[in-house]
Amino acid sequence: MEKVLTRNIGPDLQPTDLKAYEANGGYQGLRKALAESSPKDCLDVISAANLRGRGGAGFPTGMKWSFVPMGDKCTPGHKYLVCNADEMEPGAFKDRLLMEYDPHQLIEGMILSAYTIGADISYIFIRGEYVVAIQRLRDALTECYAAGYLGDNILGSGFSLNMYIHPSAGRYICGEETALINALEGKRANPRAKPPFPQVSGLWGRPTIVNNVETLCNISHIIDRGADWFKTLGVGEDSGTKMFGVSGRVKNPGCWELPMGTPIRHILEDRAGGMQDGLQLKGFLPGGGSTDFLTPDHLDLAMDYNVIGKAGSRMGTGTMIILDDQTCPVGMVLNLIRFFAHESCGFCTPCRDGLPWTRQVLEDIESGRGRAEDLDTLAYQVSYIGAMGNTHCALAPGAMEPLQSALKYFRDDFDRHISGGSCPYHSHTRQGA
Amino acid sequence: MNDAQMIQTDVGSALSPEELSEIDAELAHVPYKSGAAIDALKIVQAKRGWISDQSLQAIAKYLDMSAEELEGIATFYNLIYRRPVGKKVILFCDSVSCWICGCDGIKQKITDVLGVDYGETTEDDAYTLIPVPCLGACDRAPVMMVGDDLHTHLDEAKIDALFPDKNKKAGGSS
Repeated sequence: MEKVLTRNIGPDLQPTDLKAYEANGGYQGLRKALAESSPKDCLDVISAANLRGRGGAGFPTGMKWSFVPMGDKCTPGHKYLVCNADEMEPGAFKDRLLMEYDPHQLIEGMILSAYTIGADISYIFIRGEYVVAIQRLRDALTECYAAGYLGDNILGSGFSLNMYIHPSAGRYICGEETALINALEGKRANPRAKPPFPQVSGLWGRPTIVNNVETLCNISHIIDRGADWFKTLGVGEDSGTKMFGVSGRVKNPGCWELPMGTPIRHILEDRAGGMQDGLQLKGFLPGGGSTDFLTPDHLDLAMDYNVIGKAGSRMGTGTMIILDDQTCPVGMVLNLIRFFAHESCGFCTPCRDGLPWTRQVLEDIESGRGRAEDLDTLAYQVSYIGAMGNTHCALAPGAMEPLQSALKYFRDDFDRHISGGSCPYHSHTRQGA
Repeated sequence: MNDAQMIQTDVGSALSPEELSEIDAELAHVPYKSGAAIDALKIVQAKRGWISDQSLQAIAKYLDMSAEELEGIATFYNLIYRRPVGKKVILFCDSVSCWICGCDGIKQKITDVLGVDYGETTEDDAYTLIPVPCLGACDRAPVMMVGDDLHTHLDEAKIDALFPDKNKKAGGSS
């Protein structure tokens, strides 16, 4: 398979500086597009390529961009392109890799994206803990300004763009794009009501596009080589390649660029090496902590947005978390619900109060104090908190996804905790409640 | 330095010329001053380790904000410290992949070796232990950061090696 996103990332894991990036064809796509293509041309290519957002939602990138007012339809003033590099989904570790080892790929994608939507200011909103990525991006920006890829009149095209890095001060909710915008404005990161959508009224009330790191890393390749080429990369319904990851107790956890639509079995068995000795696969979250469990019955499904969706889960970030048969499913869900309860921004009641309530019920069950009626309470919480429209944003519904599917697939485990008055896994794992 | 640049607050704290100049650089690309609130908090924290009440009031005054509003922002974000912390902060990942890979036992080991639980600072002010959401290194779980350094594939021997002088004092481990 052709490596696209990781073509500059070798097994020795050396970061790619400007010279190395250019030597491997870097910034050729930018030079070509600024010389030959209009922003409309670029938008058409991205739309035709069927690139879908790699941050988790899978929304078509071309459609997202098409809502940005252009030309006379836009009131005078700035437009913004923001890279969401706030990788905090539990189990997600793909954007870190792309930024640490090939920062220029992201920057070139951002320059072309900004050109397409007419943005003149861009931000990389990156989590503060990614100190290595922050430093390498800073170094790369310095190289870009010196080489004329950023600043005024880029490569003599008349297009100007400034780029800033905003290291975040924390909180998972900043990954939600309107919360991220509030954080960039120096406020508490409560999500905003939509509409208005950020494409029309985002940062400082101006048109703003927020895209994930991996999404933006695809842009220069698509614009350089075309929509038809991009579509041929996928082996299923979706276009392109994808960074897939596996964590948990497998033999070879890691992150690999593979064709979109790669079967789960290939990722788990051939890439991740299968389960560690003595362990069996019990289930897995296909795309991070806020996606529904799937089971060994789903191993032959393709990692495509719609295929995973039809199976009752979401492809999310494409980074799978593996549950083995000696790890407690109730404990795993409790860990996730604790995370989401802690990360609630506190703005709406079902999330602020509902998630700690769910956590409490799960703590009771995990510690052997559960009652049979607790399962009805959990089912009610799933139906109420999990319903879109009852909460201000998607955090709490996302938190309910692993819980609702755990109740479906691992019901016996919940029952055994309650009937036995203790966690049946504790005798043979290290993990406490 | 220019004395006129020193921002005196009613509690006697001040922002240094260096801090002011870094905050001013952020102010250059935001349309109103409070837009740089988080950047300013991070700048001051980088110099002083944490955000004291005096620092908070000085920043608020400089950004034309109320201290209450800035306090609401400062306490929202987990990487802004409103209490003194040790020379290095240990950000310990307790999220799902690290949990599956046994982070609870590692956390207990750290507590045994350093004598601190979450939110606490060692007696010698060297380390403060704080849990952190998933650090994005799940393929190398369990992981944590000590200061700016990421430590991966943690086990009890690595904890002993990281804090050698502390370990001598510790009685035992889990």
